[in-house]
Amino acid sequence: MTIELMFYLAGAVAVLASLKVVTGKNTIHALLYLVVSLLAVAVCFYLMGAPFAAGLEVIVYAGAILVLFVFSVMLFNLNHDEVLFARQSQGLGFWAGPVVLAMCLLALLVNIIQSADIQDKLTVNLVDAKQVGILLYGPYLLAVEIASFLLLAGLIAGYHYARPEGPGSHGGRS
Amino acid sequence: MTAIPLNHVLILACILFSIGFIGVIVRKNTLFILMSLEIMLNAVGVAFIGAGSVWQQADGQIMFILILSLAAAEVAIGLALLIRMQRRYQSLDIDKLSEMRG
Repeated sequence: MTIELMFYLAGAVAVLASLKVVTGKNTIHALLYLVVSLLAVAVCFYLMGAPFAAGLEVIVYAGAILVLFVFSVMLFNLNHDEVLFARQSQGLGFWAGPVVLAMCLLALLVNIIQSADIQDKLTVNLVDAKQVGILLYGPYLLAVEIASFLLLAGLIAGYHYARPEGPGSHGGRS
Repeated sequence: MTAIPLNHVLILACILFSIGFIGVIVRKNTLFILMSLEIMLNAVGVAFIGAGSVWQQADGQIMFILILSLAAAEVAIGLALLIRMQRRYQSLDIDKLSEMRG
């Protein structure tokens, strides 16, 4: 299998999973499909010769941001979600879609890693983390500082908005 | 040069972006709108990384890192706003926000 074919397969998995996210009714199922979509995009990044970006995609998007989603879904009282009205014991059929798509990605990744030919082709056009780091902390230092300001503002605004409303909830001073 | 043509990377990015955009437009549940926004940001990341790998420059990945931090901040604020909305209206329906004034 060539690199292009694998790229198209991973892209097809990403598109299918994204369609299921957009058209889904159950929130948790849509989140599972979103994880699969992000992982498929990470495989695409790896095939495009950007393993650092693929790792960041898995760690930050599929790891951190999706955990944020899951935590806030726990906070929402989703009474109108269909999981309350659906049958609870549906066996493995409940998980079949994300599992099949994730298995496709696993097969692709195993195929990439064990094939020495593809590894050789991938190392030709590699943009590794060292180049990114040199550029990031050299010419793009101002952008890094601005991103840090953005994250600080996000932290403070997130705390401010998610705080319980009403008097007496300001931690002492009311 | 990479083995993957830039055209096909851009087509994939366009498809993913369109799916996310349709989700933002069509859905009424704000949580799904936020997820569709994630898909859109992801599609932009695909385009950047594809361009960066075709020209063998690391700039595309740097833009992707900036998009990543932007997405993290956006999701944090968006979910906090949704928690506030859920508390006030007991619903995630975005049409409920149309009665908001000033």
